Amino acid sequence: MTEPSAEPAIVVRGLSKRYGGVTAVDGLDLEVRAGETLALLGPNGAGKTTTVECCEGYRSPDAGTVRVLGLDPRRDAAALRPRLGLMLQEGGVYPMARPMEVLRLFAAFHAAPLDPEALLERVGLNDARGTRFRDLSGGQKQRLSLALAVIGRPEVVFLDEPTAGLDPAARRLTWQHVSELRAGGVTVVLTTHLLDEAEHLADRVAIIDHGRLVALGTPDELTRSGHDELEFSARPGLDVAALGSELGADVRAVRPGWYALQAPNEPATVARLALWLERHDVRIGELRSGRRTLEDVFLRLTADDGGEVSAVGPRVAQRRARRRSRAVQEDLEVGS
Amino acid sequence: MSTTPVDGTARARAPVASAPPTDRGRTPWARAVIAQALMELRLLVRSGESLIVTFGIPVGFLVFFSQVDVLPTGDQAPVDFLVPGVLAISVAATGLVAVAIQTAFERKYGVLKRLGGTPLSRTGFLVAKGVAVALLLAVQTGLVIGLAVLALGWRPAGGVPLALGLVVLGAVTFTGLGLLMAGTLRAEATLALSNAVFLVLLVVSGVTFDADALPDSLAAIGTVLPVGALGEALRVALGGGGLALAETVTVALWGLVAIGLASRAFRWEP
Repeated sequence: MTEPSAEPAIVVRGLSKRYGGVTAVDGLDLEVRAGETLALLGPNGAGKTTTVECCEGYRSPDAGTVRVLGLDPRRDAAALRPRLGLMLQEGGVYPMARPMEVLRLFAAFHAAPLDPEALLERVGLNDARGTRFRDLSGGQKQRLSLALAVIGRPEVVFLDEPTAGLDPAARRLTWQHVSELRAGGVTVVLTTHLLDEAEHLADRVAIIDHGRLVALGTPDELTRSGHDELEFSARPGLDVAALGSELGADVRAVRPGWYALQAPNEPATVARLALWLERHDVRIGELRSGRRTLEDVFLRLTADDGGEVSAVGPRVAQRRARRRSRAVQEDLEVGS
Repeated sequence: MSTTPVDGTARARAPVASAPPTDRGRTPWARAVIAQALMELRLLVRSGESLIVTFGIPVGFLVFFSQVDVLPTGDQAPVDFLVPGVLAISVAATGLVAVAIQTAFERKYGVLKRLGGTPLSRTGFLVAKGVAVALLLAVQTGLVIGLAVLALGWRPAGGVPLALGLVVLGAVTFTGLGLLMAGTLRAEATLALSNAVFLVLLVVSGVTFDADALPDSLAAIGTVLPVGALGEALRVALGGGGLALAETVTVALWGLVAIGLASRAFRWEP
């Protein structure tokens, strides 16, 4: 929608959902503004899909409320579904059907659909129009699913891991389509565990872990939180208390040979640090200011031991994080 | 407008965007259901295995056993005996085997779940399936009767409208049974079980040969199974004997139980 809209497109309040003894979503609050692209980021099993499926009307919440375009996704399903577009994690298309047939079918479900022919061309499936779905490549399948999500000119689109299993080129193409949706004023909610995807596409990123919202903000806001921190490496055993009082800031040894200053990255701070180092004849190895990558933020926030990570300091967290990031990568390949 | 964006840009610019959502949300229900029914039908026809069961077996039975006198058909001419039974087999093949297997794999591949997220309601989906089954059965019934009349010299003794009504009743019952399997069992289990059940029904139900040739206990079982009951009801109807009440009630009861259970236990998700 082009007109400014005060009403959020999606409002989730205290959403909880359990499967047997497992709590998938645990008191989640979230608002998605009309026309924004929101990425739900989280490790496998964090509750992303369950949250999205509660919004799509596939699941009813155990507790809490979900409103999409002001409607209850289950009670008002008939009114809501024509206004939603969705892409499930798994294909959801007849294996024996051909892309053009499926596009025509889905077009018939909607009052004012996009032209199937133009859409087929648009998502680059023209050459595959007569290929059975089961014989399409992974990227072609995903692109058809995306086309099916948008053919009814939806106001809100849910994309559950839209680029899972795609090669980088196919991923770029999907990103382009999602960006176009955003440009057209469509509200987009996408789940991903790809950080660059969230960073690239999303106006705001919601990080979910263990069914709870652990961070919400623009990629810029999330990565800026480390701005008031300077870190340097030097010989172990510096007098952090003396340095701290010299600089008027909290200084901690986060691990042997690494020191963190809780101070803004101002030239004056760096100059005073340099003076102190000169006076004490300390040679530094590295000096870095803390604009973190989204990956750092994500891995810190979704570490298995939760809040305890910050207690051991960022470097340790980062090392742990790197180990974990390899595991995440592996998950990705298997998970698709 | 040479490039049509994948998104709703065009809509956002168009005045329709500011119309009340309910207006642009309304989809002609009939259009959606017809499109879905045609898709179902195309896929049923596209699956070669399913065509063998729905057309090959009934027609094959009819032609082979009316020409080769190997089956005990009582005191009737083989073709008089065979046509009602083959019609019952056709109905069972479509409802119990073809629809069951197709629907089971639709569920497995998430098609049912995905369709559930479209404006096509579940009712619309089921109506579409029913329409597809009806159209397929119309072709099957036409083929069986046409072949029997034109090539095999069959003349019904009467009761054709009643027989057609029984075919519809049978279609509802067997489609209900098929959906019950498809919605509750794994796709592979549905595939195996529906074929096995179909085969057992063929053997014990006396639709292609006189049930008197079976041991009494087996024949008794056959008469309470839906294929046997439908075959017998059709035989009575087409033999000019009117409505066979017990058999018709048997078919209807199977249908009621199947649909009742399916509506409770059917799972739409994989």
